[in-house]
Formats: sequence, structure tokens, C-alpha cells
Amino acid sequence: MKRVYMDNGATTRTHPEVLQAMEPYFLETYGNPSSVHNFGREALKGVEEAREQVQKLINAHDPQEIIFTSGGTESDNLAIIGFAMANRKKGKHIITSAVEHHGVLHTCEYLEKELGFSVTYLPVDKFGLVNVEEFQKTIGEDTILATIMMGNNEIGTIQPIKELAEVAREQGVVFHTDAVQAVGNMPVDVQDLGVDMLALSAHKFHGPKGVGALYVRKGVKLHPHMHGGAQEKKRRGSTHNTTGIIGLGKAAELARDNLSEKVEKVTKLRDKLIKGIEENIEEIVFNGHPEQRLPGNVNFCFRYIEGESLLLSLDLEGIAASSGSACTSGSLDPSHVLLATGLSHEVAHGSLRLTLSYFNEEEEVDYVIEKLPGIIDKLRQMSPLYQSKS
Amino acid sequence: MYSEKVMDHFTNPRNMGSMENPDGKAQVGNPTCGDIMEIAIKVEENKIKDIRFKTFGCGAAVATSSMVTEMAKGKTLEEAEQLTNKTVAEALDGLPPVKMHCSNLAADALHKAIQDYREKQTKKG
Repeated sequence: MKRVYMDNGATTRTHPEVLQAMEPYFLETYGNPSSVHNFGREALKGVEEAREQVQKLINAHDPQEIIFTSGGTESDNLAIIGFAMANRKKGKHIITSAVEHHGVLHTCEYLEKELGFSVTYLPVDKFGLVNVEEFQKTIGEDTILATIMMGNNEIGTIQPIKELAEVAREQGVVFHTDAVQAVGNMPVDVQDLGVDMLALSAHKFHGPKGVGALYVRKGVKLHPHMHGGAQEKKRRGSTHNTTGIIGLGKAAELARDNLSEKVEKVTKLRDKLIKGIEENIEEIVFNGHPEQRLPGNVNFCFRYIEGESLLLSLDLEGIAASSGSACTSGSLDPSHVLLATGLSHEVAHGSLRLTLSYFNEEEEVDYVIEKLPGIIDKLRQMSPLYQSKS
Repeated sequence: MYSEKVMDHFTNPRNMGSMENPDGKAQVGNPTCGDIMEIAIKVEENKIKDIRFKTFGCGAAVATSSMVTEMAKGKTLEEAEQLTNKTVAEALDGLPPVKMHCSNLAADALHKAIQDYREKQTKKG
């Protein structure tokens, strides 16, 4: 059966050259990068080269501003808890948004419930955008940190990070951004954006799973949350995940190659898919912002149907996608992101996210456009909600 | 995560559709939770002669609806009332634990359709 992978927002295919770069670090250069001997020194050399590759990808000033972690969620936890605990004497107010990934949202809730911090969750408009003026008004004497994501993992909306970070800087508030979906898939320049911290994850841009990084601008103080080792300049204990870090470095290097051509290709496929769905299926809701959007993200709600049924039906045709329905969110509520944009529960249950990478081809987009209308129609014929409206 | 039987009923739902002039009809669930099941029955000589369902919901919701119609068809009303959400789930070789609560309402819908039939009969009385 034909297999079409359009769930690149969940994870991506590892690039063959990434795997190739990692292999010698399993079989030959397997020393601990903290060891004194040659095996260790060679491994450390690889780790430091990878740090420079990540530095270049996001245009950090200094490679030492990169801390290797186990992935996006850990990077967000380290940034938020690490900064809050190191700076709690200066203030205990944090600002975030209602549409963050749970790596940020649940971390903020933890600080709020268990450690006495107060958190403001900024609302968003129907496109999923936070308002810069509203953000400015929310900053108070006690505000120490703002954490607002760059590209939304569900609806693809790209926040005005540069403007938000500028406001934060003027008010002396440190600014963190979860850029897990953005880094490697579109240009991200930490100096241009003016952010103080930024989280990224290798497997979202064709690197291996289980490795990521946190950019921390020089001068920003963090408490480590992994205790027990002097690695990463005592900011993150634990033996280096050498092979993962090498893979992250290689993925970062590959991401920079012809980035604008890849962004152009993926954006073109995305827009074709959006147009194809809009032209062939009625009673749908387009989610996210039409232009300020991640290159590979497509998200619609199909009225009268439920997301998990849609995913199962697509899977039977070989198409891999995701949804923000309750059944797929692991709770009784549908996606908090879709609800924050103003959708009703009923409509939000019928969401479908298709996420593309540069490995996708136009004929795969055509295949989805060919199969989807029939699947939607079949599920609607089964729905008591559809019957009552027709 | 789903058994082969669940996927079979999801892919080829039995007795799916609407019914003209049903003898009993009921809807359970609500769109907020993401699950709505509608069951309609025709009754002859105290037996379920025909049955139809429509479902808005996940794979488990569709499969349990389909299965309950298959199990109820031809049974007496009393026998059909003995069917529970648990026996429906068992007939599907089980459901993932997270689905047991919200998506497993099919027997409830059937019981309510029978109740609706009985109430209509009483009124006709």
C-alpha cells in the first residue's frame, strides 16, 4: 500500500547523512567526552563541533551559549524552572500564552501551583496570535520571565517574537521562546530576534530523537535541574549523549544547506494542500494564520466529524496525520490551542493536522487531496450531527 | 491500540444509517465530549426486527455502535436490555482502557431506544 507521511510536526525522518555521522561515535569514538584519554578527547571534539553547528544554525554569538539537553521539553523545563529558581528573589511573575506546548504550559503551572509563582496566560486572537500591546500591559514590577513560543505546533501560527522580545528587553524581562517547530524549518536568528533563551529539538528537523538544545544568552543565570555532573559548564549534569549530539550537529549543518529553497518547496506544497482541501470539501474551518505560518503546517476542522475517526480512516489509505481531538490529546477535552482561538468543543474535535517536510513530494499532496473528500463524506454520512443539519 | 474486531467494525460498520418511522429512537452523549450515538429500532412481536445507528465519535465509538446493533438484531426486547457496555466491549475483544468511559455508550443508546419504544406503546395504550 502507498504510504504518505504527513506528520512531520510529530517527528521527522532521520536524514541518512545524520545517521552516517553518528555511526562512528557508537563503534569507534565511543569514549566519554569528559574522560582524559584519547577516546574521550576525540568524542569531546565531536561534541564541540556539534555545538558550533547548532550555534551557526541559530546565529548565536558564542558556542558556549548552547546547552545540550534531551530535547524540546527538557529545554523548556530548564529554561523556565532554571531561570525562575535562580531569579526568584527579583520577582515571581511569569508571562506565557494560552497556546504553548505542554512543555511550557505545564511547567508554568507547576511553578504556579507548587512554588508560589504567579503566571499570566495571554489569550490569542482567532489566528492564534498574541497581542504585543497586551503583553506590554501585563508586564509588572514582579515580572522576571516571559515565555512565548515561536511557531505553534498545532496550528502553525508564528508569533511576533522580535516585537515581543523587544518589549521584554525594554522592561528588563528575560524572554524565552520555544522554537522547537521553527528551528531547522525556517530561518531563526537569536540575535536578530533578540531572545535570551530558545529551545530546539533535533528530531523536528531530520535529526535523531532524544536530543535537543537550549540557547542561553551569555549573562542569563540559570539553576541546573539535573544535578550530579559538571557537564555543560555545570548547567546540565549527565554524561553527554554523544551520538545524539553528533546527530543534532549534523542535522543543524544540513538544515542550513539551501534553507530558503527548502522553505520555498515546503511552503508551495503546503499552499497547494490548503487550496485543494478548500476547493474540494465544504463546511470546514481553516486554523491558524494564512501567512504568518510555519512552512509545513496545514490545519483544518471538518464539521460534524471526530478527529480520531478521521486519522484511522486516513491511516487505512496509508496517510499518516494527527489531530487535536480529545481522543488524541489523551484527555476529555480537545486541543487547548483550538479552544483558545475561539472554536467550540464540537468543531475542535474534528481537527486534522497535516505537517510536511522537504522529503514530501507533490504527488503525495495530490494523493491526499484525492482521498480526503471521500473519507470526510463517509464519516459525515455516519454522523447524526450532519443529518440534523442537512 | 485497537483490536482487529474494532478495526473491522470501524472499517465496515454494520447497520449504519438512518431509519424512516422508527418504533423507538434515542441519542446519547454530547458533542462537547466528542461522542454522540443515535440508535433507531423497528419492533415486531417483541423482537428487534431492524436497527440502525449513526455515530459522531472516535474509532471505539463507531465500533461499539456497530457491534451493539449486530448483537441486538433479532433479539427480544428483554434480551436486548441485558446487553451492557461491558459485553459489547468484550465482543470487540476489548477496548483500550482510556476508551472504556467516554466511547462506550452504545448499550446505553440501545436501552434508551427500547425505553422510547415502550413509552410510545404506553401512550398508544
